[in-house]
Amino acid sequence: MLATLLIVFREVIEAGLIVGIVLAATRAVPARGLWVGYGIASGIAGAYVVAVFASSISAAMEGVGQELFNVAILLAAVVMLTWHNVWMARHGHQIAMQMKSVGEAVAAGRRSLAALAIVVGIAVLREGSEIVLFLYGIALSGSDTAVTMATGGLLGLILGVALGAVTYFGLLRISNRYLFTVTGWLIALLAAGMASQAVAFLEQAQIVTSFTQIVWDTSGFISDGSMMGKVLHTLIGYTARPTGMQFIVYLATLAGIFTLMRLFGHAPQRHKTVTSITT
Amino acid sequence: MKKFLIYPAAISSLLLFSAATAHAEDYVITLKDHQFSPKELHIPAGQKIKVTVKNMDSTPAEFESHDLNREKIISANSEAIIFVGPVDAGSYHYFDEFHPDAQGSIVAK
Repeated sequence: MLATLLIVFREVIEAGLIVGIVLAATRAVPARGLWVGYGIASGIAGAYVVAVFASSISAAMEGVGQELFNVAILLAAVVMLTWHNVWMARHGHQIAMQMKSVGEAVAAGRRSLAALAIVVGIAVLREGSEIVLFLYGIALSGSDTAVTMATGGLLGLILGVALGAVTYFGLLRISNRYLFTVTGWLIALLAAGMASQAVAFLEQAQIVTSFTQIVWDTSGFISDGSMMGKVLHTLIGYTARPTGMQFIVYLATLAGIFTLMRLFGHAPQRHKTVTSITT
Repeated sequence: MKKFLIYPAAISSLLLFSAATAHAEDYVITLKDHQFSPKELHIPAGQKIKVTVKNMDSTPAEFESHDLNREKIISANSEAIIFVGPVDAGSYHYFDEFHPDAQGSIVAK
């Protein structure tokens, strides 16, 4: 049972952390719970579909279908996270100032929520499909009785949800003034980590073949297999042995996100033009 | 998203590459009764090699190696290709994430 618990928990860590961050990042946006709920529900549904078609996905594209599938959904998540941060750079100020009734902000807020709901869905789908395959395997092999398996899986899931809750309430302790700055950084780091993970899959599929040398090895310090390694992997894209290309893409993604936030981050503020010039 | 356009090109060049290296020795790791064999696979250092991992069990497995930055789900009764290297000489650990007791290593010399 403990083995099942640990494996399920490890898989739920990523989704738990992401849901916690997304809920904090969308604080004060109306109906966010509903959107995140949609994300989780469609992620679970998607996880089953991916698990069922796992063999066909693997066999596709000359045997690298699984890698390309991962790359595609990771990059989709990166785009959505970037979009959210750019949107927050435009409207975060209004939300922080409790001006959420501004029609435009609410409408755009829904689009940004949809983007984050997709990110949640993707996180749940990726990890969920592995949980489905893993539990299916246990159920088949009969090495564990159904009851202990279900208990272990459920406890692992509860721990993952608890981790998400700790993340969320921890972030809410940050004062309103800094909350969106912090969640903005967290989301940018999440995105950079996902982009670097996409590179790892491209390297695995032999599509990226340049700069594949390992640039450093911190596995003696924090290994990828440890819980801490797994948490840091989700939060900042930590990997103990990154390749040169992973590192380059990680930095480029961060730079890209902050550049876009600067370029498109300033909403046309009709009433504030005069004051903003003088300040 | 334009990046996706390069995939067909990249994949066809990959095919050419595989055809060119088809003479190279093929390496096989077999997973049966949640045990990998051989326990130690010896490969040459500094070369790119292709390892076929065959899952003979009736349950899915996830071949995972933190040392090699590889993770791939291998469905029940099927096989998958894992490209390795070029790597420095050394021992690289791998395991089945779904059954972590199943472990092995790839040793490059």
